[in-house]
Amino acid sequence: MNGFVLWAGATALLAALMTVTRTTIVHALMYLVAMLLALAAMFFALGASFAGALQILVYAGAIVAVFVFVVMTVEAGPAIAAQERARLRGAWRGPALLVALLLVPLLAGLVPGTAAALPVSAKAVGALLFGPWALAVELASFLLLAALLGARHLARRTPEDGQ
Amino acid sequence: MLAIAAALFAIGLFGVMARRGVLFQLLSLEIMLSGPALAFVAAGSARGDPQGQGMFILILVLAAAEVAIGLSLYLRLSRIADVTDSDSISDLQG
Repeated sequence: MNGFVLWAGATALLAALMTVTRTTIVHALMYLVAMLLALAAMFFALGASFAGALQILVYAGAIVAVFVFVVMTVEAGPAIAAQERARLRGAWRGPALLVALLLVPLLAGLVPGTAAALPVSAKAVGALLFGPWALAVELASFLLLAALLGARHLARRTPEDGQ
Repeated sequence: MLAIAAALFAIGLFGVMARRGVLFQLLSLEIMLSGPALAFVAAGSARGDPQGQGMFILILVLAAAEVAIGLSLYLRLSRIADVTDSDSISDLQG
């Protein structure tokens, strides 16, 4: 099982790298879906089946669908892809160096552990969320409500749009 | 496992810093958020504790809200000012 977790993790890392280096937004989105599904496979293998199901339903389903809707409404011609490619050709070294500097202490602080994955049932997660963490769930619902209203307010059509 | 989470976070950070297209930066933010989410779930499953998955759900809600606001801001900007990358919004004013 541990081997499967590592394999799915390697797939997720590869797909994430492809996502941040594609110049066409739709290609990047497809790689993002692959990364999210690989992550869901990791969650299932780790015994966190509830998180895995949520990962597929909400991330790979809903959030990516929202991205696809926005991509459909904006212009994404070959000119924009070429511009993105030209920009990426020169400007990746500095951020890569900074990220490598960040990653070194992160990885150096890790101690190799051989923790066996203990399955956590959805029932336990639900009992946690609606028992001790009920306040956090309420706050999350407020956040979602605010995001809903904000998105509705920002994306509405107004006269100065000129359409 | 935590190494994979840290690497995911780093890849996402690289994307946010290196890309200029707003949509690409939002995608990279998703990758960045999934690093800590993986760390929480892995830690929770190593101890058999449901709190890891609880934190994952809170991260999920945060990511959904952030994507909704970010994408609607992007739609608004691209509709009004024909902006597609974050370099051209460096002179925002009220």
